[in-house]
Amino acid sequence: MNETAKKNVFPWGTLVRYILLLASLTLVLIPVYVLFVTSFKTSADADPSRTWMLPQLWDATNWGRAWDTLYPSLINSLSLVIPSSIISAMLGSMNGFVLSKWRFPGANIVFTLILFGMFLPYQAVMIPLMNLVTNAGIGFGIPTLIMMHVVFGIPITTLIFRNYYETIPGELIEAARVDGAGMLRTYFSVVLPISIPSFVVVLIWQFTSAWNDFLFALFFGGSKDPVVTVALNNLAHGSIMADYGASMAGALIASIPTLLVYIALGKYFVGGLMSGSVKG
Amino acid sequence: MAKKTKAVSSKSKISSWGPGLLLISPSIILVGVFVYGMIGANIITSMKDTHTAAQVSGRKPSDFVGFSNFGKLFADPDFQHSLINLLLFTVVFLVGTLLIGFLWAWLLDRPIKGEGIFRSIFMFPMAISFVASGVVWRWLLNPAKGETASGLNRLFQQVGLGFLQNSWTQNITFGVVAIALPAIWQLSGYVMALFLAGFRGIPDELREAARVDGATEWQLYKQIIFPQLAPIALSAVIIIGHMSLKSFDLIMSITDQRTYSTKVPAIDMFNAMTDNDYSNAAAIGTILLVIVAIFVVPYLIHDSKESAKR
Amino acid sequence: MRRNALAIGLVAAMSLSLTACGGSSENADSGNSGSGDGKQVVDVVTWWSAGSEKEGLDALVKVFNEQFPKVEFVNKAIAGGGGSQAKQKLATDLAAKNPPDTYQAHAGAELQEAIDAGYLEDVSSLYDEFKLRDAFPKTLLDRLTVDGKIYSIPTNIHRSNVVWANTEVLKAAGLDPAKPAADLDGWIADMEKVKAAGKTPITVGMAWTQLNLFENILLADLGAEGYSGLFDGKTDWGGDGVKKAIEHYGKILDLADKSLANEDWEPAMKPVIEGQAAYNVMGDWALAAFNAANKKSPEDYVYFPTPGTAGTFNFLADSFTLPVGAPHPDNAKDWLQTCSSKEGQVAFNTIKGSIPARSDLSADDLAKFSEYQQSAMKDFAKDTIVSSIAHGAALPAPVSNSINDALGKFIQGASDGAQLQADLVKATASK
Repeated sequence: MNETAKKNVFPWGTLVRYILLLASLTLVLIPVYVLFVTSFKTSADADPSRTWMLPQLWDATNWGRAWDTLYPSLINSLSLVIPSSIISAMLGSMNGFVLSKWRFPGANIVFTLILFGMFLPYQAVMIPLMNLVTNAGIGFGIPTLIMMHVVFGIPITTLIFRNYYETIPGELIEAARVDGAGMLRTYFSVVLPISIPSFVVVLIWQFTSAWNDFLFALFFGGSKDPVVTVALNNLAHGSIMADYGASMAGALIASIPTLLVYIALGKYFVGGLMSGSVKG
Repeated sequence: MAKKTKAVSSKSKISSWGPGLLLISPSIILVGVFVYGMIGANIITSMKDTHTAAQVSGRKPSDFVGFSNFGKLFADPDFQHSLINLLLFTVVFLVGTLLIGFLWAWLLDRPIKGEGIFRSIFMFPMAISFVASGVVWRWLLNPAKGETASGLNRLFQQVGLGFLQNSWTQNITFGVVAIALPAIWQLSGYVMALFLAGFRGIPDELREAARVDGATEWQLYKQIIFPQLAPIALSAVIIIGHMSLKSFDLIMSITDQRTYSTKVPAIDMFNAMTDNDYSNAAAIGTILLVIVAIFVVPYLIHDSKESAKR
Repeated sequence: MRRNALAIGLVAAMSLSLTACGGSSENADSGNSGSGDGKQVVDVVTWWSAGSEKEGLDALVKVFNEQFPKVEFVNKAIAGGGGSQAKQKLATDLAAKNPPDTYQAHAGAELQEAIDAGYLEDVSSLYDEFKLRDAFPKTLLDRLTVDGKIYSIPTNIHRSNVVWANTEVLKAAGLDPAKPAADLDGWIADMEKVKAAGKTPITVGMAWTQLNLFENILLADLGAEGYSGLFDGKTDWGGDGVKKAIEHYGKILDLADKSLANEDWEPAMKPVIEGQAAYNVMGDWALAAFNAANKKSPEDYVYFPTPGTAGTFNFLADSFTLPVGAPHPDNAKDWLQTCSSKEGQVAFNTIKGSIPARSDLSADDLAKFSEYQQSAMKDFAKDTIVSSIAHGAALPAPVSNSINDALGKFIQGASDGAQLQADLVKATASK
């Protein structure tokens, strides 16, 4: 950076940047303000003329109502998201390892074919999936959803791990091979220990996408154990009276787990997006 | 691909790469069945006349009708409307996220105090589900005006921008653009992160060298920075574009599946499916697949060739 | 290498166990219902999840618990959109042969698809077992019978052709709340007066509420016979009668507040309750919303049959089914028995605001009902009965969905009257 210029001239450029950034910040936070403020308003306070004002009386009953409605589905979502992200991370790691460091003839084609699954519009497989679930007698519910998230998570997890393993020097693998290590030993003793960053990324990614999924949940979720997105949608559209207070509290509650993950591990998240999509 | 591994794999035979193939065979089988097998089955269903519950349950037979479902769909003005909506939505969603994402990345590229905070706040909406953001945007995009206005319309009134009030999702031509607003809100931060990575990936020496050569700021961008960012922009287009084709959650939570102004093929597919019209649902799914494939397959092939070169 | 093979085997086993644990879910379902702790369950899907509907269901469950203390009622309510969310979930559940023990459905043609597909048990024998054939009015039984068989048991009857009006708003516009217009043209003239007085003449909500309005305009213009003819092919959807109705509908929508077009019926009724709007056409469950707001008739609001439909009762009924393959069919039958019993119907309907499906209630029981309900019961006995489209009594679900789509298009201005009529013809011809 040009130190002298910075000292002598008023930093107009920086000022403009701050103004633009703060304006953007305000716009991005408007919906958050609305969510927060409305969730604490009583129905008496919900008059259109007061929509943008703070609550006259901060009232938590909306939160209580939303919590009661969503609590069971939060548990359902957790019991869906945790196993599905772990399993698909494991699969992705093994795939990534093989496709980058233990290649077989045609590995590139296989990788490309797997990768296409990442872009698959699920609408194009929903009907046969429904038939499959019906004919196989699998039934709806959390186990079926876990299966779907694992299977359709393979492409992205494979991609992220493969791109990561590509950056591992080939010598490391060579050395292990020369020592007579088989594939699995190489994987477990050499590759896996240095995969932690990628695991964090993939776990966050899969956690977020499975938690936020609505389409699969709508089709393959059981009616008795809805996941949180479905329960929230029912809450928001469900009650005959548009219960905005409880819906907004519910939206916040439903977002807490992903936000926590994001806040705690946000750095890796960004890293993951990069390694996942920006290649080379 | 590292040359050394290649040398090894050519040296030894199946014993060397066999276990690898075996290790990932579960994934290959799963993807084979659940992606390609299902695509095939879906295409078959889309060429039948399974339009009723009785045919779905197998009580009545279904016949093979070739491409006639597709012909009828494309001739149906309501489906054409869905396709136009999809195009409009995609264009606005893409342009919006790319412009805003680029702007933010550009603003944050050079060191600035509070960068971390800005970056985190710009990105957090992508951690939220479309369903949750739909709750608040449904409220913000309330179409009522005047006395009963709430949401953004009320805000416009209060800050003296009353002329900006509009009917949002209820507008027959641009209603679907209103749905793109929350989509842009959620994904701009993601595109920013991509571009930021791109900016940071440009070596400082490259910039310095250009400056020493006396390049203006604009020339610097045109000749060095933009070409470096081009692959990232392409990735962003592919990722946002395919998300846009799938968009369903947001529309379901902001309007509903019967709102004409905001319907897209994914909504039509859902409606057909709940009406037990499996063949049309499958046909719409196939159409979406073809649209995605037109964009993604060349990209993937290109990408695969690139990585083979390395 | 042996170790490798083992681990690979583990991986394969893992992926297998995935499918396997999927498979076990159903067994787990039926497992927990079993006799483990001697507790039986019945899974009941409804869309009664809030307000008077929920309270009515609670009252019904209370009766069920008294009649069948051994069976636990498991509420699988799926909220939203006049049942549209529930119907979607049910459509996939039924297609996947994963039905609940019993589910709520509108009685009548709406069930046709499920009947054709073989998803529903014929419950005619339960009518004999529970002695319902004489308990229900014949007009109702006729509407439930398909090819001599009955596939659901009704709990209640509602009327869809009711206008709800705000007394103050009418007075301010110089109208007499006690004397509603006799026909649609007179009613539209009244709306013009409301508009001139600065209030919203009429409100309408999401697609099905638009259909609720439209079907009653059809009824007014076609008459009871012509309207019923729409469903058996005697009246032409492309004819002049429907054309005239569409013209009326268009005029009324021009006077309507359309900003509520994504909302359920209750937010759309709110302006009428609170005095910003004059009219709303809605089924008689709207009474509960006025009661909840502590409004009294005729001081605060009035209700009357949609102008031009006096003497006709646009009917719909809620009912419960017995799906093929229900996990606990015996418990479901217990539930159906409670639903059809006098105690159940009285407990449920006094709270929900509907009239009981049974017509054999004692004077004591009848006295428990509100003034409106008693008048509705009298009307049901003497009026001409027609079937509601919006509430599944008249047409199969895919057809009424297509009609909903056509109306959704029209209200947003994407089609004109001629196009709407063409869409209606197409919707009713397709299935």
